[in-house]
Amino acid sequence: MIKFPAWINEYIDWISDKLFMGLTIKEYMKRLLTPFNIIAGLIVFVGLYFLIQRYTQGLVAVTEASNELPWGLFLGIGLFTQVPYSSVGFVLGTAVYIFGLKKYHPVLKNAILLGFLGYFFAVVFILIDIGRPWRIYYPMVISFGTNSVLFLVAWHVALYNLVQALELAPPAFEWLGFKTLRRWAKIITLALVISGIMLSTLHQSALGAMFLLTPGKLHPLWYTSFLPWLFFVSCIPAGLAYLIVVSKLTQIFLKDKADSHYLKSLDNISLGLGKASALILITYVGLRLYSVAQENVWQYLNTPYGHWFFVEFSLFAILPFLFYYGVQRKNVGFVQLTALLTIFTIALNRVNTTLIAFNWQLPHHIYWKEGVVLIAVLTIQLLIYRWVVNRMPILREHPDYISEVHLPSAGTSVASKGS
Amino acid sequence: MMSRRDFLKIGGSLLAGSLVGDHGMASAAKSFTGNPDRYGMLSDLTRCIGCRRCEAACNKANNLPEPKTSFEDESVFEEKRKPYVADVQAYTVVNRYYDSNGKPVYRKVQCMHCDEPACASACPVVAMKKSKEGPVIWNEDVCFGCRYCIVACPFHVPAYEYSNAFTPKVQKCFMCYHRISEGIVPACAEACPVEAITFGKRSELIKLAWTRILSEPDKYIDHVYGEHEAGGTGWLYISGVPFSQLDFPMDVGTTPYPEYTKDFLSMVGLTLISWPALFGGIYLMSNHRAENVQDEVVDSEKEEDKL
Repeated sequence: MIKFPAWINEYIDWISDKLFMGLTIKEYMKRLLTPFNIIAGLIVFVGLYFLIQRYTQGLVAVTEASNELPWGLFLGIGLFTQVPYSSVGFVLGTAVYIFGLKKYHPVLKNAILLGFLGYFFAVVFILIDIGRPWRIYYPMVISFGTNSVLFLVAWHVALYNLVQALELAPPAFEWLGFKTLRRWAKIITLALVISGIMLSTLHQSALGAMFLLTPGKLHPLWYTSFLPWLFFVSCIPAGLAYLIVVSKLTQIFLKDKADSHYLKSLDNISLGLGKASALILITYVGLRLYSVAQENVWQYLNTPYGHWFFVEFSLFAILPFLFYYGVQRKNVGFVQLTALLTIFTIALNRVNTTLIAFNWQLPHHIYWKEGVVLIAVLTIQLLIYRWVVNRMPILREHPDYISEVHLPSAGTSVASKGS
Repeated sequence: MMSRRDFLKIGGSLLAGSLVGDHGMASAAKSFTGNPDRYGMLSDLTRCIGCRRCEAACNKANNLPEPKTSFEDESVFEEKRKPYVADVQAYTVVNRYYDSNGKPVYRKVQCMHCDEPACASACPVVAMKKSKEGPVIWNEDVCFGCRYCIVACPFHVPAYEYSNAFTPKVQKCFMCYHRISEGIVPACAEACPVEAITFGKRSELIKLAWTRILSEPDKYIDHVYGEHEAGGTGWLYISGVPFSQLDFPMDVGTTPYPEYTKDFLSMVGLTLISWPALFGGIYLMSNHRAENVQDEVVDSEKEEDKL
């Protein structure tokens, strides 16, 4: 046995305490052997195998490699669908910090974590999809295509990733016990939230604006000059619905990592988020109709693509009423199911815009390996989410800082403590 | 690397695209005049005999891989080929159609070299660029392979080397930019035995095209494809058969493609400047209300507002 000096042993103890949640390595490993983890591990293993193929043989190894449909599932779902869900971070940040809606404070950290992971993995998908990923930073430092919407997206996603990482810093520092750093991170919160709003509104709409460049290629029922607005407006209920669904899942699967305050507040919060979603979705449906009228493309409605549009549109049209019904009846389960349907409908819209209605006059194929890699990477994302929630105070308040939160009665204790 | 001018350009586009004059994004599209002496090509489809010598010359001039069958093989006409797709590694292909009398009509397909290219306005790193000379060129040194150019091109032209893991390239016709730079005519125009392809200044090619149409109105239809399509292209076509019957995209309009995103880009600067004020203002409002309430309880509760 090697003997370390005492201070090194202390460090090792501290690190293993943080990593293995106070368990010994053996106990921790034993705990990892669950059916869920084994299945997840298998999926990730196959996905990583395909990824090695992709990076050694080129994109053709795992994608359809089409010049008609150059972007497949990686960007269609990994970027264009995942980013609207990830609006949850900026929407909740705005609600709590800017509008002072403290009722939503219990889910705020979860929202920011979900937003951060969504954006981070959107970048991971970009790294998988672009031909020369080692050049991903080129739009930032090497060559500036200032007339390109994608240039805007690149800058904003990069900056927003940074902003969200910083927003996530307080709970991370709470976990590690870095008190001074946490205080500094807290001080810049407001500036971060406002820059988050700027960056989000612009790049959520920019993702839609990217397709402004494809009239004729994108089916007329989806192509409209409203695309940036439609993408922006729909990203908000997408984020809210995502939060409703994930909150429900944490209630089932991560209960022991949450405090009672969080668990008790979820029902009421879900109803509030559902109410907001109803209003925004009905507005979206109106805008969508307006766009069809504006472009005057009614003649396409009675075609196969028109029927498909009708399916998507009907789903959107029914959502606000379902939310309204659920909220009126105070039926949380109903609101949660509606949120699940919202997530699906938003995904359908983004996949339609980027893949199905895109190049609608040409045949479409997706290589199955794309789907496997997609699922594997999303599984990694889920595992990282769980890893973080298991360790950091995301669904609960850290005992040292609990007094900062409970308002206003507990507020006096902050003052006395601070002075 | 970043020079001061580049820095200003970025600053301009990220912060005040709509407000800054020359370098802002908003003005870029409408201010396009182009080099009046830029080159173009004119394809006269009534002259083309489908000999595929342009394909052979192109293959040689650009050092492309040898095709599966020889350039004399006419069986390739049985399908409508696209340049640079799967195993057809060519910058240009000739396809055969028939007019109403059953007479063959040949159409050469390649990059159209738009005056204001969609691919160039899509490119986030200026790898795709309309050169001063006229060809739309691509810079391998900065391309990172996002393939938005391929998504954007209304003519389905650029292609990607998906089977290349380490140096995948965007492939398309570059109008023999390397030859033009040395004062040599593009290979296809040089090889054509019947002068179906003419190389020259675009402005003069348009005059030539209309001269041919007007002097033989029965032979040609009254349309120079590319004069206005997609805002004007460097490659022009005249034909005796309506272009729609030759698979020419007829839905590209006459608006230069950068125009489609101009309005959106001009909103960027306004948003970046207005949002902090707007949301900062709302924050101050809700903050103020909170302060008043707490004044009654205890004075020093600034902590709380920051939450």
